[in-house]
Amino acid sequence: MIEVKDVYFTYLTGVEALKGVSLSIRNGEFVAVMGQNGAGKTTLVKQFNGLLKPTKGEVLVDGVNTRDISVAQLARKVGFVFQNPDHQLFSETVEEEIAFALRNFGFKENTLNRRVTWALNLLGLTEYRKTSPFMLSGGERKRVALASVLAWNPKVVILDEPTIGQDHRQKEILRQFIVQLNAQGKTVVIVTHDVEFVAECSPRVVLMAQGQIVADGSAKKILTDPDVALRASIVPPQVTQIFLELEDLGLPTDVIDVSEAKRVLIEHFEAGER
Amino acid sequence: MAIIETKNLTYTYPSATKPSIRDVSLTVEKGEFVILTGPSGCGKTTLCRCFNGLIPHFYTGQLEGELTVAGLKVIERSIYEMAQRVGLVFQNPENQLFALSVEKDVAFGLENLGVPRDEMRKRVDWALQTTGIEELRERAPHELSGGQQQRVAIACVLAMQPDIMVFDEPTSFLDPLGAQRIFEVINQLNKKLGVTVILVEHRLDLASKYADHVVIMDDGKIALNGSPREIFNSETARLIGVGIPKATLLWQLLQENGITLEGVPTSSEEAARLLREVLNQ
Repeated sequence: MIEVKDVYFTYLTGVEALKGVSLSIRNGEFVAVMGQNGAGKTTLVKQFNGLLKPTKGEVLVDGVNTRDISVAQLARKVGFVFQNPDHQLFSETVEEEIAFALRNFGFKENTLNRRVTWALNLLGLTEYRKTSPFMLSGGERKRVALASVLAWNPKVVILDEPTIGQDHRQKEILRQFIVQLNAQGKTVVIVTHDVEFVAECSPRVVLMAQGQIVADGSAKKILTDPDVALRASIVPPQVTQIFLELEDLGLPTDVIDVSEAKRVLIEHFEAGER
Repeated sequence: MAIIETKNLTYTYPSATKPSIRDVSLTVEKGEFVILTGPSGCGKTTLCRCFNGLIPHFYTGQLEGELTVAGLKVIERSIYEMAQRVGLVFQNPENQLFALSVEKDVAFGLENLGVPRDEMRKRVDWALQTTGIEELRERAPHELSGGQQQRVAIACVLAMQPDIMVFDEPTSFLDPLGAQRIFEVINQLNKKLGVTVILVEHRLDLASKYADHVVIMDDGKIALNGSPREIFNSETARLIGVGIPKATLLWQLLQENGITLEGVPTSSEEAARLLREVLNQ
């Protein structure tokens, strides 16, 4: 679905944000791009929908080079939800906000209405249909931003730091939502440094540091390797930290999730009693 | 000795139809490290704004009940007086920093208070040193990383030598290692200098090991108030949907399956130690 081939990117200020990145994301994959502040995570995912074009190297989306296609055409396939919803929202009502992109894509009025209603319902925003997005809370504005992207049904959804400013319950709703989108066949890419959130979702993890990919693999493999984590300013999940300290007792160290931890410990106790 | 005391504090923002905090009665002892948490919109930030007088003096609206901070009746004092005793560090340092050098930013609050030049120099040096950013003195704040900026923001507030420092989700824009470093700095201020700390935080996995006292708010009221162990182990915390530390959650799950540890862990180190004891038996 997305092919990144030896991409370099330098901002106009001279900052070299990507230094030879190669990555392949298959159709229907769920990927978390992680790494420290300034590692190049957002710069990388902005290449996926053509918001940024490589200084060197190339990015192919569905086989098409991002240099040969407009951002508008790419956006139809790759939806991008910004970290800060205020960078994205501008309309007078939530309904208008969601309809805006659909209108630009040339959807007919009755299809457009159907899609707006569907997206409002999907994200629990129906009661705010006629409300100004700016009257809503931060968490609700993030949902409006997400609804406005999902409304046109892109194949790939990119979410930049979706958990910032969300409380525990909202994060759980978001997690279920993302997992559901992915199960429906969408390719989902999240940019995040929320280790506990990633541990609960368990996607493929692409770890970046200083403009390069330093590790790529399952969440279980990447998040439980303390050396790799340290290189990218990531702290292993709390559950993993417990198991890393108990390594000498013959327990596994690749545990990231609390229910898995429970299972492993109970098995260990039962084995000890026999 | 109590440094913050509120009795039946209720506050309604101007033009709001219902109060944002209701009947809040809370005592914070001098030198405590308090974590204030709860779902978005529960009134955490509103309560913090009362501590330094932004409510009612800046936000106006209607404040009822009693509020004493650092021995002062907040309602009768000005923001200027309260600001010298209660420092507030925001979630996003970019909202707080504006000068062209770190040193100037840190000195700004002191200039406003009319602190003499020599004293100002001493305090700026001390604040930079304490937060570990002396080498950033001449740098422009907007060119620094998020973690460095947050340390500058802390230094700015620290230079005023407040008795109480309130941190409103100070790490939500930082990566985990950056967040851990900020928590370490805050912990040092509390343990070494005796500053009373109020930390508003959702990420309890990282922060709870430093706290003496946890307050959970829900729908404008205090829902739970006590030691981290009592709080995280309570059914109410789970029901409100507070993200209790995974170490405590694991303890609960094991307990339900008949495995009992000698104590309730709130950090990975503690959980590992308690598990080791049981596993070695």
